[in-house]
Amino acid sequence: MKNDNRLPQLSGIVLEELYELSLADLSRACSVQADCIVELVEEGLIVPIGREPHRWRFSGVHMRRATVALRLQRDLGVNLAGAALALQLLEEVEALRARLKVLGYE
Amino acid sequence: MEFKDYYKIMGVARDATQDEIKRAYRQLARKYHPDVSKAPDAELRFKELGEAYAVLKDLEKRAAYDQLGSNWKNGQDFSPPPDWNAGFEFSGDGRGGSSEREGGADFSDFFESIFGRDFAGASHDGHAQGRTTFNARGEDHHATVLIDLEDAYTVATRTITLQRPEADAAGHVSMRGHKLNVTIPRGIRAGQHIRLAGQGAPGTGQGKPGDLYLEIGFNPHAHYRVDQRDVYLDLPVAPWEAALGAKLKVPTPNGIVELKIPTGSVAGGKLRLKGRGVPGNNAGNGAGNPAGDFYVVLQIALPLADGEKANAFYLYMAEQFPTFNPRAGLGV
Repeated sequence: MKNDNRLPQLSGIVLEELYELSLADLSRACSVQADCIVELVEEGLIVPIGREPHRWRFSGVHMRRATVALRLQRDLGVNLAGAALALQLLEEVEALRARLKVLGYE
Repeated sequence: MEFKDYYKIMGVARDATQDEIKRAYRQLARKYHPDVSKAPDAELRFKELGEAYAVLKDLEKRAAYDQLGSNWKNGQDFSPPPDWNAGFEFSGDGRGGSSEREGGADFSDFFESIFGRDFAGASHDGHAQGRTTFNARGEDHHATVLIDLEDAYTVATRTITLQRPEADAAGHVSMRGHKLNVTIPRGIRAGQHIRLAGQGAPGTGQGKPGDLYLEIGFNPHAHYRVDQRDVYLDLPVAPWEAALGAKLKVPTPNGIVELKIPTGSVAGGKLRLKGRGVPGNNAGNGAGNPAGDFYVVLQIALPLADGEKANAFYLYMAEQFPTFNPRAGLGV
């Protein structure tokens, strides 16, 4: 199933390499109010480029972290700090799994 | 349709207290949350759990559900009793202040047959009650696409088939295969995500469709291992090639190259081919990524001593290196 020429060709953005989201863009992408995103930044969960909120620039990685953190909060009843901790541990597990794979253990 | 045993799904007894149900939900939600669990059926389990909890945490719904009796088995063919719904009146907003469940998840036919479509169709965020003017952005969809490592070295095209629920004219929902032709950009890495705007679920009313997120993974490769942008190959060499040096042909994902093995190489020695790992890419604003490197890890392969001549040669070698101790580092 390599290719099907009758279908339109779609190409998307690689999120991890997208650097130009504003606070409004990110809020819209996460379907939350801007305040929610500001809280995530205050918790240190995502660190945008730029000083003042209206100059903040977020990347696709921030967008992913924000979505996961908001989902964890909503679905598991944890607070922001808890979601941040869970996210950090999840990322560590992910990195360790990737190392194991490289070493041929998994 | 199939009967859903909500007590079994939540792993609680039929006489469980509301506190026990809440505790069971929290525990299972942590276990099956799609952002936490790597199990392939995690998303399905989590949806089932959300549905079970939506019923059992609500005293009115739980009482109605209990009226069906305890003789039903999970998965058994079910149709609601003819006089169903006669004696019940549900209050609140249907799904009921469900800040604790996955937004926009579809509840099963079974749920809808007992509690009605209005409940299942209601928005989960309370303030969108007016159904006539109800506009909502469609749900985002997520899928994983496996590509070969070689595909990351070129611009690859993949036709992927996604299962997505579709409603027919009569409102029956079934899973339909949905085909998409997607360009995978050069230099993509495992774990990266591609967003296809507007390819998620259609919106409600004037709402925009959701987006489709594709997570990229690499198929396991027979020879290569990948770490971020770097690619590793274990290369077996003969003892004389390692000791005396050699020029060898080595496969890489974008073709065979000739590699010079230096004199006096040892097992585990690493040779780097700069820039021959996963290619770099350009994000358009100078924030691109450099290409990874290709590492050849040397492994010494020994010829078998499977004949008189070979035996004699190994003995001769032992005589020639009387002081050689491969275990010197172990202190023995």
